[in-house]
Amino acid sequence: MALWTLYGLLEGKATTDWPNGKDDGQEGVVGMPRYRPEKCDKGCTACADVCPTRAITFSEGGAASAPRLSIDYGRCVACQLCIEACPTGAMETSHDWAFGVRERTDLVLDDAGAAEKGPERQSPPRSGFRRSLHIRHVDAGSCNGCESELQALNNPFYNLHRLGIFFTPSPRFADVLLITGPVTYAMRDVVLRTYEAMPDPKWVVATGTCAVSGGIAEGGYAGGHGVGEIVPVDIYVPGCPPNPAAIIQALLLLLDRAPQNVSEGRYGK
Amino acid sequence: MTARNLIACDAGVLHEKARLLLQAGGRMQMAYAWYPAPGRTELRYLASRKAGEPFETWRVALADGSAQSLAQISPLLGWYEREITDLFGINFSDHPEPKRLVIHEGVDLATPPFSAAYPPEHRLVVRDHPDPLPEIEGPDVQRLPWGPVRADVVESGEFVFYYIGEHIIHLHTQLFFKHRGMEKRFEGLTAEAGVTWAERVSGVGSFAHALAYCQAVEAASGCVVPRRARLLRTLLAEMERLYNHLHYLGHLADTTTLKVAGAEGKYLEERAKQLNGKLTGSRFLRSLATPGGLRRDLEPGHWLADALGTLRKEIEEYAKLLERSNSYLDRLMTTGVLERKVAFDQGATGPVERASGIDRDLRRDHAYAAYGDAPPVVAHETAGDAYARAKVRMAEIDASLALILRILPMLEKGPVREPCAPVGNSEGLGWAETPRGSLFYAVHFGDDARLKRVKIKSPSFSNWRVFPFTVHGSNMMDYAINEASFGLTIAGCDR
Repeated sequence: MALWTLYGLLEGKATTDWPNGKDDGQEGVVGMPRYRPEKCDKGCTACADVCPTRAITFSEGGAASAPRLSIDYGRCVACQLCIEACPTGAMETSHDWAFGVRERTDLVLDDAGAAEKGPERQSPPRSGFRRSLHIRHVDAGSCNGCESELQALNNPFYNLHRLGIFFTPSPRFADVLLITGPVTYAMRDVVLRTYEAMPDPKWVVATGTCAVSGGIAEGGYAGGHGVGEIVPVDIYVPGCPPNPAAIIQALLLLLDRAPQNVSEGRYGK
Repeated sequence: MTARNLIACDAGVLHEKARLLLQAGGRMQMAYAWYPAPGRTELRYLASRKAGEPFETWRVALADGSAQSLAQISPLLGWYEREITDLFGINFSDHPEPKRLVIHEGVDLATPPFSAAYPPEHRLVVRDHPDPLPEIEGPDVQRLPWGPVRADVVESGEFVFYYIGEHIIHLHTQLFFKHRGMEKRFEGLTAEAGVTWAERVSGVGSFAHALAYCQAVEAASGCVVPRRARLLRTLLAEMERLYNHLHYLGHLADTTTLKVAGAEGKYLEERAKQLNGKLTGSRFLRSLATPGGLRRDLEPGHWLADALGTLRKEIEEYAKLLERSNSYLDRLMTTGVLERKVAFDQGATGPVERASGIDRDLRRDHAYAAYGDAPPVVAHETAGDAYARAKVRMAEIDASLALILRILPMLEKGPVREPCAPVGNSEGLGWAETPRGSLFYAVHFGDDARLKRVKIKSPSFSNWRVFPFTVHGSNMMDYAINEASFGLTIAGCDR
């Protein structure tokens, strides 16, 4: 309708030019807690005690007397409870939310050093897909928070199309299977069949902490332990939910168009 | 908060009691089961009488593991009873639809998931895929299964249409693919820890869920939330309504193929979410509510009032344009009519029931948080079609903005949190009017003051039951518009 066309034109451009520009739309949005080992009072376990998803754990350090701290950001739901519980400020509020990684182990921070790496997954090469990528999304039991942020990707602010990335209705046309949720018992077969229906080469993006590890819905009689149990994963994006900019960062990472921000559980290195 | 009365009730008189309640203009709200002690099972029915009167919880001890269905008197209870059958193995005699609901057919339920004998880490297995759907035979009747993986970015659910040409004869909704067993996840948690789970039952209702849960805990422990926290909670609950309703309008416009209006609605939603992020650190208003108040104080400076004022002007302009778009209005008017009686009997809630001439709103009728001091303007319509549902929400957007702007100057300095520790063997009921309707949390604490049973009644559980009634006899072309006009989520329903 002419009315709306005129209205749209008068409104001007609403789209951000992030990641080239600065406005990612996440002013004030907090991310995962940042760990400051030098401030940690060894022997205190307050952070692990309040952690709802066992993302923070202590294990016996062997020769060292103090228990060893380990943070698995793949389990973190960014609830900020550890930050409030820590008496010495070793857990800091941060804006570290762009947590997309290729290797699950890169989400694990271990006080004693690098966690053991598993065999590296051989992702199919992405060349030829960098400027046009089609995604089939499957909700495998999310809380709808991830869907809300995925839907936001196509709003005028993020306008995912500008990056050559599209959602597609059919798995037959999809290059990427983007899964949210812990994969409930009733969605297991559905996820598998959708994956099998996709042509090669194909990639899987586990979106949100539930999809990475099961999150708050892990275990129990109906929940799952994440996408990795069922299909091979190429990109992990923890977050509860990951905000639209974090999802964009992860998709660009898959296409080798953005760097990985996290290595061995440390952000910005 | 208006109180709640706990009434012990004999199984024999339940039928009559429910009948009298309905006759007097009351309504059943939900039903659930729990185990007060090993070997003892109790059914709970939540009933409401007139606005302002306390809720009633009827407790019925079960002697032999079976009960009589009340679905013939109050149809909306049908789903609750089926849920209890799936999760607790309790059978209801004379049930009009004695079928699985929450757990899919083809899953072995010899040991029901909530029973004490259920192995803690055992996951349900789908053994086979029987076809429980009705056979509809006749010339030209087609059956179209759609889902659980559907077009676009949507939640998982399966919809089976039986239709002739454009005419839909029957819609079968197969939900609960997303059932995560959330209620059971609460077992053994402390009252404070439970909030993290409540916030993640339905992402776009994070704050309302946290609020209803906290209020249930507060009712159990008898603690009083400071005024500043109550006002801030009210403000946050309205911020949640704002972004949800803006999303709703954008999505609805999109289904009528009004693309610019769809984009504008989503853009306004994004702006509201960015305000959430700036104000609280979370686009979904998480990590704030806690039993006894808020985890930390918020300082909504002048910038918030200014930003909301600007947003309000743009929303007004947007709503005016929608009202002038004939193609949009034409697709909504007379689409998906929900009769008042069906809305009441089947338990419609929120904007859906208010669009069908039922003037109910928990914020006003059973005021909580600071809604007593700052009552909302409650919009309602009578036509019951998609247009009426959209109009109610449009009016609610403006009412929410007005309420937020009224609350901001009411915020005086003060504490935002009181200690709140429930004692052993206590219980409480909490509620909230979410953007989608009534939400209830019933919490029970065990000897150790840890959660023993949490029951969640989400608004979408009510409205999904109602929705197919508006589809039968309608046409395929209107389906997407009708579904959008209900504004449903699946996560909250499936849990």
